[in-house]
Amino acid sequence: MSTGVTDKTQKTIGGIRRKFAPWNDPGAVPLIRYKNVTKRFGEFTAVDNLSLDIYEREFFALLGPSGCGKTTLMRMLAGFEEPTEGQITLAGQDLVGMPPYRRQTNMMFQSYALFPHMSVWDNIAFGLKQDGMEKAAVAARVEEMLKLVKLETFARRKPHQLSGGQRQRVALARSLAKRPKVLLLDEPLGALDKKLREATQFELMDIQMELGMTFLIVTHDQEEAMTVADRIAVMDHGRLVQVAPPAEVYEQPNCRYVADFVGDVNIIDAKIESVAPGAVRLRSDAADMSLMIAQDVEAKPGDQAWIAIRPEKVRVDLDPPVEQGVNCLSGTIWDIGYLGDLSIYHVELPNGARIKAAKPNLTRVVERPISWDDKVWVSWTPDAGVVLTR
Amino acid sequence: MARGTKGRWLVLAVPYLWLFALFLVPFFIVFKISLSQDAIAQPPYEPTFDLSAGWDAIREAVGQLNFDNYSYVLSWDNEFLQAYGSSLWIAGISTLLLLIVGYPIAYGMARAPKSIRPTLLMMVILPFWTSFLIRVYAWIGILSPEGLLNQFLMFVGLTDEPLEILATDTAVYIGIVYSYLPFMILPLYAALEKMDETLLEAAADLGCPPFAAFWKITWPLSLPGVFAGCLLCFIPAVGEFVIPDLLGGSDTMMIGKSLWTEFSVNRSWTVSSAVAVLLLLVLVVPIVFYQNVQAREMEGR
Repeated sequence: MSTGVTDKTQKTIGGIRRKFAPWNDPGAVPLIRYKNVTKRFGEFTAVDNLSLDIYEREFFALLGPSGCGKTTLMRMLAGFEEPTEGQITLAGQDLVGMPPYRRQTNMMFQSYALFPHMSVWDNIAFGLKQDGMEKAAVAARVEEMLKLVKLETFARRKPHQLSGGQRQRVALARSLAKRPKVLLLDEPLGALDKKLREATQFELMDIQMELGMTFLIVTHDQEEAMTVADRIAVMDHGRLVQVAPPAEVYEQPNCRYVADFVGDVNIIDAKIESVAPGAVRLRSDAADMSLMIAQDVEAKPGDQAWIAIRPEKVRVDLDPPVEQGVNCLSGTIWDIGYLGDLSIYHVELPNGARIKAAKPNLTRVVERPISWDDKVWVSWTPDAGVVLTR
Repeated sequence: MARGTKGRWLVLAVPYLWLFALFLVPFFIVFKISLSQDAIAQPPYEPTFDLSAGWDAIREAVGQLNFDNYSYVLSWDNEFLQAYGSSLWIAGISTLLLLIVGYPIAYGMARAPKSIRPTLLMMVILPFWTSFLIRVYAWIGILSPEGLLNQFLMFVGLTDEPLEILATDTAVYIGIVYSYLPFMILPLYAALEKMDETLLEAAADLGCPPFAAFWKITWPLSLPGVFAGCLLCFIPAVGEFVIPDLLGGSDTMMIGKSLWTEFSVNRSWTVSSAVAVLLLLVLVVPIVFYQNVQAREMEGR
């Protein structure tokens, strides 16, 4: 059953491995639809006239800082909050006004919310018994879930006798046991340490593919969202800023907010000089020359714009680059951050702005050639940066 | 290191000394009196121990101690056993009523907005600012045939003639429930308040409607509070003397009342001491039970 596939662009559906992108298919019917949903708490607008479609079998991530409305959006799907305005449908069924205990969604809570007076077994069986499932069927399903999360030997333990990672697995098993149409994960890995969190992310993806369920995850951790999700919705102040697959969010952010929130980025103030199909020429006081970005942009000369460029796409050298058509700035090393695998060079430009360049440490030397206060050249190719107009 | 250990023992010794001086020593004095015989003397029992009289005199005095008072109390003819039974019954029914009245109040308090919880808590504790005795006296004014309650019932037209409430067991139940209510509410509130409300969301999420979720989640998690509240009410209610004396009738039998009568009217210190020691034995069972529950709860944390 387990495919072991972790390539996120492909999924095994009906025995065939194929490209998974229902959001690009105009004929696909979304499983979850938020239509013009607004949620206000008194004066505060948590979710602001938001529309969003999520498809079956999708692993969808809501990403944003705390207070951006991502948790409220999820809780409205679970039924713990009712939208002030708008409509939410699940598989064509209107959810507004339906109490949580009738909805075919299950949630894994951030605090896990395991019932402290029940054993692991009873926790997992709780929802099944609630449905009036037969005893033998309940037992079979609980055993299956325990096996799925590798906790067979812990069935009789109480939650307080488990480690944090084990509790997290029980919570996952309990929320999966009823085979919900959608599994909601509210910051599910927040309480785990880094190594365990990374391992669990891949496990979550395997489980999602194995069961063929739709997962909706809320997280403020962009790495987590990038690892697990098919698509990411970046939220700010109750609105969706960008909804796209992880690579698109990272490589083609649609505004400075997304570029800055997802990953590390340098943002350079610039003015549009000229626009041609697939090429933009910009002017910045950080550079003596015009900067080229290979991209289509809807703007006219003289408009304010920003160049966003990821540190790992910026080269830093002691000599100017010899290639033609490379964007190139001169500066001095202001600081160096040695991370082991990478070194991050902070370069101060003549206009006082600073730019970060990440360079992999490919050789085992303690003394690196570039040092503090060295005069250096930073450069990047036209297809490495992205022009943002907002 | 050694100094630290000494300091630890010093701190531990303080509560033990306190308990020894204020609980254990008085208990042994009462126990000794219960083994003595009534006498027209000062104090009104014999033998008395005189340490200056020497070793033989003490040995002789010990030889005079016996369990006669206990067989007197435990004899069916003297109505002490009936009083014990009646006390346990009244305390039991009162505790049940207290739980039924107190639980919804504690639940409402624990689910109230955080900002008004201290006010609600204050209101539960507020009656303690008036003397217990005065508050029980006030109930006489409320429950008597021409009291506030009967006047109100007749005004509304629910009854034509005053109800006989005062000087009945009903009045004792009312008095006990009223007086002990804070002792029931406070532990229940403490148990309910610390309960994570996400658990109820989780139950609802798994398909459990609110009423069922109460019995499957809230009630079992509040059981430590239920036990604590019930025992805090039951144990003193068994020995209660003021309430049955003021509100109860002449046929209301409670062991606290019997003890008081034996002590003040019959002036038998020895028999009343035996009654008190036996009452303690009766109450040791629920106290040990309570401690077991507490120990188990601590372990669970």
